[in-house]
Amino acid sequence: MATIRSAQASDLPAISALDARQTGIAKPDYWRDLLVPERYFLVAETDKGALAGFIAGEIRAFEFGQPAAGWVFAVQIDPRLRQRGVGSQLFDALVAKFKEKGVTRVRTLVDRKDHLILSFFRAQGMVAGPSLQLDKDLS
Amino acid sequence: MKLQTATRLGLYAILELARDPERTLSSADLAERFGVSSHHLAKVLGTLSNAGLVRGGRGAAGGYRFTGNRRRITLMDIVALFEPAPGSRAKEPGEDTEIGGALQRVLLEIDEIAEATLSSITLETMLTAGRGT
Repeated sequence: MATIRSAQASDLPAISALDARQTGIAKPDYWRDLLVPERYFLVAETDKGALAGFIAGEIRAFEFGQPAAGWVFAVQIDPRLRQRGVGSQLFDALVAKFKEKGVTRVRTLVDRKDHLILSFFRAQGMVAGPSLQLDKDLS
Repeated sequence: MKLQTATRLGLYAILELARDPERTLSSADLAERFGVSSHHLAKVLGTLSNAGLVRGGRGAAGGYRFTGNRRRITLMDIVALFEPAPGSRAKEPGEDTEIGGALQRVLLEIDEIAEATLSSITLETMLTAGRGT
């Protein structure tokens, strides 16, 4: 079992490094900007104090004509520590924060070709929501 | 979305067997449970067995056991055993026309969404759905 707590400024280098290893894109400013009171940014720590993963989200009110919902916009687990329930622990902790604020729905947006992360959210009980995301190429 | 009968039976069989990997069920047991043809189920179980997902079936009353990984196998893995691969489809008449091509793009979009959905649901997720998380 990992320990879940709120992210602090001192976690940012490890968060940014884990994300960069997984996505190939370093974006330290993006992660620093998530450390604001209106957002939920949680980390999972191993018993040795190392970063096992993180999750970030926020409550967005009445977006796209929908009632307020908790949004998950980032989740990342150290590949060496996967399949141990760390992601589920982080998800549950974030959902608990949303529930404390009276939110009754949790949402996210996933690349439909990313079956790994889709499977993760499915395993948390998430299903296709009421909206369909549409795109147009403007180039 | 319409699945071929073999695909539906394949999903029924694998999910029922994966519910308890220790348990052995024959095609007749499974046929009775779902109210479907035992003969058809026996063929489907043969396909699942060749894919290494179930084991057993020797003799008329031979039972099958689930031998796969519930957390890894997705609904798409089963569907792909019975349905033609998306790219292997023969070209339909009229597909090269402007309207035919536009229609094809819409159908492709639907296929991609269906594939993403089936690929993201593991047997484990299916079997725990409804129990709450």
